[in-house]
Amino acid sequence: MHLSREEEEAYQGEKGESLRRAMEILVALGDIYGADRLIPVRSVQVAGVSFKTIGEAGLEWISDLQGKVLVPSVLNPAGMDLSRWREMKIDENFAKKQIEIVDAYKSLGISPDCTCTPYQIRPDSARKGDHLAWSESSAVSFANSVIGAKTNREGGPSALAAALVGKTPRYGYHLDENRVPTIKISVEADLEPSDFGLLGYITGREVGEGVPRFCLRRRPKVDELKALGAAMAASGSVALYYFDEDAPPLQKGAEEKSVTAEDLRAVREENAPDDEVDIVAVGCPHTSPKELEEIARLLDGKSVEREFWICTARGIAERCPKLVEKIEGSGAKVFCDTCMVVSPASDQYKKMMVNSGKALAYVPGLCKIKAAYGSTEECVRAATGRD
Amino acid sequence: MEVHCHRISSGRACGPALVSREPISFLGTVDPDTGKVVDPKHQLFGKKVGGKVLIFPGGKGSTVGSYVIYQLKKRGFAPAAMINVKSEPIVAVGAIISGIPLVDGVSAEILDLEDGTLVTVDADGERVMIDD
Repeated sequence: MHLSREEEEAYQGEKGESLRRAMEILVALGDIYGADRLIPVRSVQVAGVSFKTIGEAGLEWISDLQGKVLVPSVLNPAGMDLSRWREMKIDENFAKKQIEIVDAYKSLGISPDCTCTPYQIRPDSARKGDHLAWSESSAVSFANSVIGAKTNREGGPSALAAALVGKTPRYGYHLDENRVPTIKISVEADLEPSDFGLLGYITGREVGEGVPRFCLRRRPKVDELKALGAAMAASGSVALYYFDEDAPPLQKGAEEKSVTAEDLRAVREENAPDDEVDIVAVGCPHTSPKELEEIARLLDGKSVEREFWICTARGIAERCPKLVEKIEGSGAKVFCDTCMVVSPASDQYKKMMVNSGKALAYVPGLCKIKAAYGSTEECVRAATGRD
Repeated sequence: MEVHCHRISSGRACGPALVSREPISFLGTVDPDTGKVVDPKHQLFGKKVGGKVLIFPGGKGSTVGSYVIYQLKKRGFAPAAMINVKSEPIVAVGAIISGIPLVDGVSAEILDLEDGTLVTVDADGERVMIDD
């Protein structure tokens, strides 16, 4: 990989040990993936935040680093709400370590926004054509597919290295030749909002790491796209998808598959909720203000009988204090900085009902509890115990 | 014998070879508290990686493996150096954040080396010296 003189100096350690290691990470990845050079990124989203994932060793590594990030950077969701962790029944030691991790990132100049939806709180952090170094799989999918920005799915250290250097190696989804749709998915169904999570759940399993191009009967709304991409990145590892209207031509010899109303119904029935559900959780990915509005409306005049979490970004909750107050008036809890998938707090329940195809794919494996699926309305009904 | 290689993570170290013909997923295969290979299905089951020049085709598995390598280093059970036929991001990043010399780009014949052979890895000089 070609390095400019300035990059070469950093690589040889002339600008300090932290920058040397950061450059070493970028160069190693660039060499492995055949990048020709580094390119500047507009923003970074750093993974490796939950203490549950990175443990003591990760905390030590981040604490040992020096320097400041050069581009706007935020964090992936943490293992708990950073201020209301006691209500989640998180133990003191975990909380202490989790706060130390976020503080260590803060001292590197990273904003302590812990969210899987940086685009919802900072729309200017990713624009069409921008190169990014984002980590969280649903955010990567949204940036590539909905915004039209370009990012690979970064690991924790590589994202942090990109933030410190302000650059990332040019390979993978940064190159147009790797952004060609590889499989056509025809959807033969009239889709309800809650079908998009299921469609993603089914398609991700079919497509793996391919680039699907969808043929749909209607144009999805933003929150539906968020749900679709998140599910595909969880049940498969889809980082980019298109719709017929604005897609480049399919790769030569691309496969074609269809998803029918029957396929969607089958997955829905297979994952229908039952009496065992002892927690309902929505906000995977983190809810938008619009989704908070819908939840507040559905909860109006009701009180919850089961534990009910609504996960969102702190920046969203702070922007909608009245909606949060209304929702919490029912007994539901609006948690920030975290989610049901990454928090160890989920482990204390038996079966979680979700409205997210991503959570449906991850909760059984990562939280070791059962999962059920329903629309947002059905989730509220289950939480309030009214049929 | 001296072999040319490609620097992934800088440094120079020497130690007895420990060779695996299988790729290694550090998460789940190597115990971060002892450096012992604990996966009974792995070729190196029961062996300890600490202080060795660990030679293997490349990494695989979860990205958390990078942090496992860092943990090994912090606790003093990390390999002295590592040699891959072809490095992938998990081991590359793990070696770099831990300051363990790592090189790749050597021929797969290196996987025929006998365990215990003294090997010196000079990542900055992009060469591996093998005791005859």
